[in-house]
Amino acid sequence: MQRHLISAADLTRDDAVLILDTAEEMARVADRPIKKLPTLRGRTVVNLFFEDSTRTRISFEAAEKRLSADVINFTAKGSSVSKGESLKDTAQTLEAMGVDAVVIRHGASGAPYRLANSGWIDAAVINAGDGTHQHPTQALLDAFTMRRRLVGRDAGIGQDLAGRRITIVGDVLHSRVARSNVDLLHTLGAEVTLVAPPTLLPVGIETWPCEVSYDLDATLSKSDAVMMLRVQRERMNAAFFPTEREYSRRYGLDGDRMARMPEHAIVMHPGPMVRGMEITAEVADSERCTAIEQVANGVSIRMAVLYLLLGGNEPAATHTRTEEK
Amino acid sequence: MSKILIRGAKVLGGEPQDVLIDGGAIAEVGTALSAEGAQVVEADGKVLLPGLVDLHTHLREPGREDSETVLTGTRAAASGGYTAVFAMANTFPVADTAGVVEQVWRLGREHGYCDVQPIGAVTVGLEGKKLAELGAMHESAAGVTVFSDDGKCVDDAVIMRRALEYVKAFGGVVAQHAQEPRLTEGAQMNEGVVSAELGLGGWPAVAEESIIARDVLLAEHVGSRVHICHLSTAGSVEIVRWAKSRGIDVTAEVTPHHLLLTDELVRTYNPVYKVNPPLRTERDVLALREALADGTIDIVATDHAPHPHEDKDCEWAAAAMGMVGLETALSVVQETMVDTGLLTWAGVAERMSFKPAEIGRAKGHGRPVSAGEPANLMLVDTEYRGSVDPAGFASRSRNTPYEGRELPGRVTHTWLRGKATLVDGKLT
Repeated sequence: MQRHLISAADLTRDDAVLILDTAEEMARVADRPIKKLPTLRGRTVVNLFFEDSTRTRISFEAAEKRLSADVINFTAKGSSVSKGESLKDTAQTLEAMGVDAVVIRHGASGAPYRLANSGWIDAAVINAGDGTHQHPTQALLDAFTMRRRLVGRDAGIGQDLAGRRITIVGDVLHSRVARSNVDLLHTLGAEVTLVAPPTLLPVGIETWPCEVSYDLDATLSKSDAVMMLRVQRERMNAAFFPTEREYSRRYGLDGDRMARMPEHAIVMHPGPMVRGMEITAEVADSERCTAIEQVANGVSIRMAVLYLLLGGNEPAATHTRTEEK
Repeated sequence: MSKILIRGAKVLGGEPQDVLIDGGAIAEVGTALSAEGAQVVEADGKVLLPGLVDLHTHLREPGREDSETVLTGTRAAASGGYTAVFAMANTFPVADTAGVVEQVWRLGREHGYCDVQPIGAVTVGLEGKKLAELGAMHESAAGVTVFSDDGKCVDDAVIMRRALEYVKAFGGVVAQHAQEPRLTEGAQMNEGVVSAELGLGGWPAVAEESIIARDVLLAEHVGSRVHICHLSTAGSVEIVRWAKSRGIDVTAEVTPHHLLLTDELVRTYNPVYKVNPPLRTERDVLALREALADGTIDIVATDHAPHPHEDKDCEWAAAAMGMVGLETALSVVQETMVDTGLLTWAGVAERMSFKPAEIGRAKGHGRPVSAGEPANLMLVDTEYRGSVDPAGFASRSRNTPYEGRELPGRVTHTWLRGKATLVDGKLT
């Protein structure tokens, strides 16, 4: 494992499988009466959020607290940081306070990379989403969810996603989730197809390790998982597509479309869901939709990442899988 | 001592000759010239070129004296072998009146390192709405002939047309920063494979090419001349080549960094590589070199864009665009054009001195190395190899993409009207 987690592309297959396996151990902690491990006792982790994201911040905070880390939340959103020096200044302030890890969310692509590589700070840097670039823990929790559902909770240990067919639908152009997932799923051996109107696919996508299609209906029957991305309403005003209804008709997932997916196939969504546009309530609330599981799995994945980056070589949990057998 | 004998210099890269300077002008060029009464500079086979002329420099004064001043910028220019620079208009206040351009011009004269020819803004405040007083700037002591809203594109087709027409009255030229504004909203780097991966806003080649196409057609329609600043794509080369073949009076420049660097470097997220227009692909770089060699691109211009450390020591999106270039330009041209066999030293003189002086109507610059001409000259040691150390720059800013990179060639001497501004690599 590297010292930082900036991009899903930085993970080898073995790194990724190790994180997924570790997350399975961490998940067991959530089933205990006292959901806490002493692993990161005495370590300080800062959640440095330059961009709003309550869901991701709370998920990291829960993970940090379950590992007994001291947690500092720092929110610096908006125009006060439009002059970039504040990232450096803030980083150095945190460094002076003896922080061990920084979980950073930033509106600018590459900000976590700069933080980790500019000599501003010695702490481990975990990217919690940067601009339209990467969101590696999201990709890991998605892969974790897929492995549990498609391979099996215990059967999945040590396994990757070789041969699974994953379809990602929606605003790929602006999506760090899509970028991270393409990188990680490819590393794990899955076959990824991106589906979107051409306006929401980046120029240069032809070099990505995936297929690209404009036709959702043609890909549904060949998908083990269909991941719907959130489409921001303001994209409509920027002429990415004509109307919300037309988008919904061509790229939305409704009951009819879901029925054309193989029986075992799941529907995923990174949240928050815009019901009625990219996904109908019928689909969102169905058994096949894993959105809520993804949230729960996010905590386990983030515990695993924090543990592996900061915890060293001791066993992650006292109740390891072997002991339970 | 007003007499200087430069002994054994390869004039424009040719056979070694002696050049005698007397009273600010070249007195004699020949072999075995007498050194009597003259200070002797042993050239030892270095290449002698006419003083370089940069049609695209940002001196930042007035307004951003923390990044550069006329003094520090012209010292940087002398270090790089330049005897004349054209100073861009995007200062604070904008160089859109006779008063501002005269001030910049006079500062250049007073400091004496390099002649400063101000470029006037095309529109008031670079806002693209109303023509600036182009005639008044031309008639001022600065004698402005080049007009540009550089940093911004004159995107309104009617304003561009009027500017092209208007400057015909006094032989002026409009230098266009070709960037279609709507296609480049939020742009951070070249749009392509790398931007797709990094998730940085794309600056598509077509945003440059569509403006160039429009402007050469406008120049043809009104019978004026247009100059294209920092051309950066293979497609732009094709359009300029077509326009020239059609007889349209267009000239174009390329920067040293677009001849050497590609957008792959942006993977480091190091804002030192952030520049406008952005670094393009290998294919573009090769097309630009070829176009400079065959004359489709007329000149090399630095787009020397100094920025203080704090404007680059931050995350990519927040960083300022631009690179310093005066002190490394000739080395980059040697590496990409001369050492590759694409251009001779005479070709370098054409593209870095004769032609830019002609486009900008810079009097006394870009002249042949022959008796009677002003002694604006420079010597370059083409055998030198060394890595770039920004700590030694004369420029007030250090935002060079070449730190630690080995580049060939070193400018050792520069003379402005017979007065040495650089001797043995040291400013006077």
